[in-house]
Amino acid sequence: MFRVVKRTDLTKKQSVSFRLIAILGALLTTGIFIWFLGFNPLQIYISMLDGSFGSMYRFKEAIIQTIPLVVTSLGISVAFRMKFWNIGAEGQIIMGAFAASYFALYWSNLPIGVLLPLMFAASVVAGGIWALIPAFFKAQFGTNETLFTLMMNYIAQKLIIYIQYGLWKDPKALGAGKIAMFTDNAALPEVFGIHIGWIITILLVVLMYIFINRTKRGYEIQVIGESENTARYAGMNVKKIILTSMLLSGALCGIVGMFQVSGVNHTLSYQVANGVGFTAIITTWLAGLSAPVIVIVCFLFAVLQQGGTFIQTAFSIHASVAQLVQGMILFFVLGSEFFIQYKLVLNNKADSIIKKEAV
Amino acid sequence: MNNEVYIKIENLTKTFGPVIANNNICLEVNKGEIHAILGENGSGKSTLMNMLSGIYTPDSGVIYIKGKHVSLKTPKDSMSMGIGMIHQHFKLVEVLTAKENIIAGQKGSFFVGSKKLSEKIRKISEKFGLTIDPDKKIYNMSVGEKQTVEIVKVIYRGAEILILDEPTAVLTPQETESLFNILRKMKQAGSSIIIITHKLNEVMEISDRITVLRKGETIATVNKEDTNATELTNLMVGRAVDLSINRIEKKNNEIILNVENLTVVDDEKVKALDNISFKLATGEILGVAGVAGSGQKELCEAIAGLYPITSGKIEYKEENIVGKNPRDIIKMGISMSFIPEDRLGMGLVASMGMVDNMLLKEYQNQKGIFIEKKAAKDLSNKLIKKLEISTPGVYHPVRQLSGGNIQKVLLGREIESNPHLLITAYPVRGLDINSSYTIYDLLNEQKEKGVGILYIGEDLDVLIELCDRILVICNGKITGIAQATKVNKEQLGLMMAGEDMTTVMGVGA
Repeated sequence: MFRVVKRTDLTKKQSVSFRLIAILGALLTTGIFIWFLGFNPLQIYISMLDGSFGSMYRFKEAIIQTIPLVVTSLGISVAFRMKFWNIGAEGQIIMGAFAASYFALYWSNLPIGVLLPLMFAASVVAGGIWALIPAFFKAQFGTNETLFTLMMNYIAQKLIIYIQYGLWKDPKALGAGKIAMFTDNAALPEVFGIHIGWIITILLVVLMYIFINRTKRGYEIQVIGESENTARYAGMNVKKIILTSMLLSGALCGIVGMFQVSGVNHTLSYQVANGVGFTAIITTWLAGLSAPVIVIVCFLFAVLQQGGTFIQTAFSIHASVAQLVQGMILFFVLGSEFFIQYKLVLNNKADSIIKKEAV
Repeated sequence: MNNEVYIKIENLTKTFGPVIANNNICLEVNKGEIHAILGENGSGKSTLMNMLSGIYTPDSGVIYIKGKHVSLKTPKDSMSMGIGMIHQHFKLVEVLTAKENIIAGQKGSFFVGSKKLSEKIRKISEKFGLTIDPDKKIYNMSVGEKQTVEIVKVIYRGAEILILDEPTAVLTPQETESLFNILRKMKQAGSSIIIITHKLNEVMEISDRITVLRKGETIATVNKEDTNATELTNLMVGRAVDLSINRIEKKNNEIILNVENLTVVDDEKVKALDNISFKLATGEILGVAGVAGSGQKELCEAIAGLYPITSGKIEYKEENIVGKNPRDIIKMGISMSFIPEDRLGMGLVASMGMVDNMLLKEYQNQKGIFIEKKAAKDLSNKLIKKLEISTPGVYHPVRQLSGGNIQKVLLGREIESNPHLLITAYPVRGLDINSSYTIYDLLNEQKEKGVGILYIGEDLDVLIELCDRILVICNGKITGIAQATKVNKEQLGLMMAGEDMTTVMGVGA
C-alpha cells in the first residue's frame, strides 16, 4: 500500500510547521478524551497556560522549573555530541547536590561569599567524577556506557537514602527521615525573585555555544561524534577527549544539584533530581543538541509540567489526566520527527499506470 | 542468433525526491544475447537493474518479459519471471555449504532429498561448465568460487535472464576469463545476460550489444561489431576524451620511505601483513596491486600510524616511525599524507562543510583554545577554483557532494599540506572518467614536485600506465615488485593469485 521514502527537500519552515501540526493534533486527540470526561477541553487548555502565565508567581515557578532542565540538557548535549549515551544525569545531579550539601551543613559558619563558591565547586567536582567513572571504564575496557550510567543513578540515589535516614538525619525532625534545613548563608540569593541560578544558566548557554562552535575541543568533540576513525586519522587523542568531555558533562549536571538544594529546596533529599535527568534527555534530543534551542524547548516543557499540576487543583482532575495531556503532546511531537525525515508514498501509482495501459 | 525478445523496457522513469535516476529508459534484450549496460557512476545503471529485479518500483513506464506485461513489485515477482540478479556484494550465508545456500529460502526445499539436489546442481554445473563443490562451506571459498555459487543459485531457481552487477570488480584477470567462458556457455544455451560494467575492454570482449546510459537516459544501443572503445567512451561521457595517462619520468632517486620486514596481525590474530619489505623514492609512484582484502588497507594504516605493528621497521627519511601515532607524526614535522579508502568514514567528516574539513589536520597547529577558521575558508575557496569542485557553498555538508567532488576535497586538502610522501588508497574508486583523469593529473603533478607516492589501485591498466613500479600483494605477502613497463596484466594477475614473480616472469626478472 504505502512505502516509506526519505525526504530530502524539507525546508526549515516546513519542518517547524510539521511540529506545530503535531502539537495541534495532540491537543485535538486529548481534547476528545477530556470532552468524554465531561470537561470543556478549551477551558482546560487555557487554564494550563494560566498555570504558567496567569500570575507573576506562576511564571517565576515555570522559570524555576526551566533552570535545572536547561543546565542538565547542556551537560547531556556534550556527551550526546560524542555519541556517548549519558543517561546518568539523574545520578550526577544527586551527587552534585550531595557534595554541595556537605559544605552547606558542616561548614555553615563560613561567610556566604566563601560558602556558596565552595558549594558550587564541590558540586562541579562530584558531578564530574560521577560521569568520569563510566567514561573511564568505557575508554579503558569498552563497557556499555548506557547501562553503566543508568546503574550509577541508583547507586547515587540509594546513597542519599542511606544518609537521609542515617548519618545526616536531623535530630530535631522528631524521628522523621529528614536532613536539616540549610542556614541562610548557604542559600543562593535571588534576583527579580528567582534564585541567581538563572543568570548562571544564561551564562552557561552562551559559553556552551561558544565552546562547541569556536574552540578546538568543541571541534574535536564534533569530529569524534561523527567518526572515531576520522578523529584517530586526524591525530586526536580520542580517549583523553572522551574523558575530559564527560567530566564537563557530569560537572554541568552537578551544578544542577547545587542549584536545587541551595536555590530551591534549602535541604537535601533523595528526590532532589526529581526525574530532571531523564526529562532532559528528551529536551536535549528535541532541541537537536543546540544550546540556544535547548532553552526554548526546556521552557515549553516546564510550562507543560506546570500546567499539568495546575489543572489538577483547578478542576480537581486526577493527576493521571494531566500526565496524559503531557504524554500525548510528547508522543505526537516525537512522532512528527518521523514525518520530518520520511514521507509515505502510495504504492499503487506505478501500478495504476500499467493497468491503464493494459486496458 | 535467435531474435526472440526476452525483455522489453519502455519509457521507464524513477525519481528519488528531486533526483531523476532514470528518465524514459528504453531497453531490449534478446534471447541468447549478452547485453552490456555501460555508464558512468550515477548514470542510472543500478537503478534500472534494481527495478528489473523488483527492489525498486518504477514511477512510470512498462516492462515486458517474453512479450508479457509485468509489474515487478518484489524480488520474488522478478524471480518467478525468470530474472536472476547477481549483486556485486554476494548474498551468501558464510557458514553454510554451497548446496545449503542454493536451496535456502526455496519453498518446499526442506523435503528435497540431498542426493537429488546434489544431482541437480551437478547437472547445472556440467551444462554451463561451472565447477563447484556443493558441500564446501562458503567461508572456505575464494571470491571466484563464491560468484560461481551465486550463479548456480539463480540458475537453480529457474533464471533465464541473468543480471550481473560489476561482476569483475573483485576478480583477478584469470578468474574474469573463466567467468566469461561460463557466460558464453549460458548464452549458447539460450539464456539472456545483462552485464553492468564501466570497464570498456571487458565490454568489447564479452558483449553482443551495448546500451549506453548517461545521466539517467538511454543514449544509444549499438552492436559490438559496429563500435570501438573510443566511441563508447564518447557516448558515455558525452564528448571526446583522451584515454591515455601520461607517465612522467622520475628524476631523483632519494629513498624517502623504507619498509623492512613489516608484519602486522589483525583482530583474529591472523597475519594481515607478512614480512613486507620495499623502498619508495622521491618522485616515484609505486603502485600496489592485489585482490581486495590482501592487506592493502593494513599497509596504508600501518605507515600512517593507525595500525599496531607487530614487528618490522618503517623508516621515513631514515627515521624509524614505528610506534608513533598520527599526532606524533604530525608533530615530528613529517609531511606525510594518507588518503584513505574510506573517504567519509576516515578522511573527512561527512556532516561538516569544506571549511571544517580543511581544519581536520591543521587545527592542532593553532595556538590557544579557540579555533581560527579564516584560513580554512580561504583554502576552501582556493580549492573550489583550482580543482573545479562543485558545491553549493563552503559550509555545505561534504556528504551531499558527488563522489568525485568529495575525493577532490580530500586530495586537495592533503596536497595543500605540501607532503613529501603521499599514500593514496583507491583514489578513483567510484569516480567517473573525467574525475579519474583529473586525479591522475594531480598525482603526476605531485610526482613532478618530487613527492613519493604509494598508489593502491584496482584497475591494472591504470596501474601499468601510471606507476613506475608495481608491488603485488597476495594474502599479506609480496609476490613481486615489477617495473611497470616490463609487466603485463596477465603476469600481474598470476602474481595477485599468489604466484611468485620469478616463476611468472621467468628467471632474471
